[in-house]
Amino acid sequence: MAKVQRLISIVLRLTAAAAAAAAAIIMVTSHETTSFFGLEMEAKYSYTPSFIFFVVAFAVACAYSLLVVFVRPGSTASRLVLMSDVIIGMVLTGAVAAAGALSEVGKNGNTHAGWLPICVQVHEYCNRVMGALIAGFVALVVYFLIIMYSLHELAEPLCSCHY
Amino acid sequence: MLTRTASWTSHSSMDLEHGSKKPSAAPTAATSTSTILQVRERFMALQPIVLRASAILATAVAAAVMGLNTQSYTAVVAIIGTRPLMQTFTAKFSDTPAYFVTANAIAGAYNLAVLLMRRLILRRRTASLIVHMLDMVIMVMLATGAATAASMAYLGKNGNLHTRWNPICDKFGSFCNRGGIALVSSFIGVALMLALNLLSAAANASRPNAVGH
Repeated sequence: MAKVQRLISIVLRLTAAAAAAAAAIIMVTSHETTSFFGLEMEAKYSYTPSFIFFVVAFAVACAYSLLVVFVRPGSTASRLVLMSDVIIGMVLTGAVAAAGALSEVGKNGNTHAGWLPICVQVHEYCNRVMGALIAGFVALVVYFLIIMYSLHELAEPLCSCHY
Repeated sequence: MLTRTASWTSHSSMDLEHGSKKPSAAPTAATSTSTILQVRERFMALQPIVLRASAILATAVAAAVMGLNTQSYTAVVAIIGTRPLMQTFTAKFSDTPAYFVTANAIAGAYNLAVLLMRRLILRRRTASLIVHMLDMVIMVMLATGAATAASMAYLGKNGNLHTRWNPICDKFGSFCNRGGIALVSSFIGVALMLALNLLSAAANASRPNAVGH
């Protein structure tokens, strides 16, 4: 019974690490240069602080997930792991929200501030960023599942649904 | 987990026993410990109410300040002959951070509803758990709204050179100031809701019949 629980927990954490790594890598490799009206325009993730925060947050989450696989269940370290799971989940939520807001402005522009949308010019860059956001969202959902599963394991260890 | 609660209850009963073990020897000590316990109990019971009221205040202030945030100025755009052409530039909140105002308004209304319905929730386990879950959901919603508005505020203040987005805070100064105040208030609301969440978790987990949340 304990082995099955541990196996499920490890599989969830590895999935989360993979999704977070995918999100960070896709965002880092988004780079496009284009020229319009004679002006050269370059779009890179490192020109926007929100995207830098996105990459850093997901890289930290991936490394953390891989490290936590080696924590033995039931020890005091596992309670600490639950707390830091919640903290990292909230940091990832903030990162996805900030990057999503910036992408929306990049796609639709903002007429009141005089900001023109840039997705028409750098179409490939926008697609990459969208892919990174989707991967980040998947990682967030898997983190939510991890937290729920850890809580269930902690609060009801004698539940009849375990076999 | 079970052993921990057992030790907690035995410790508390030991406290009460200590207080009542020497009634004749030191009556003043017994009464002082019992009043201290009473004061502590009352303080513990008051904490969720104070936290919720502060959260209502913080989120309502954020929603109101950002909702009424608008600034406009007229400038000369062109000169036709001898008559200048004026145009009004307006900055309103509803451009991007509309989610911010909605999230803060929903959070304030939810906290108000929970505060008013406190009598119904106080001693029932399922209602207490539902309120705890909703607390978490509303806190995450507030956090996403605040993160979105913060990234927009950074963009408005510093602009982005590579996409040729100019900063707007030099033209709309008080709009940016008011937006900053609303953002800070919303972050305070998120911190208060986090504290409330921790309180609910502690109340629901350690005592089976949850008293206070």
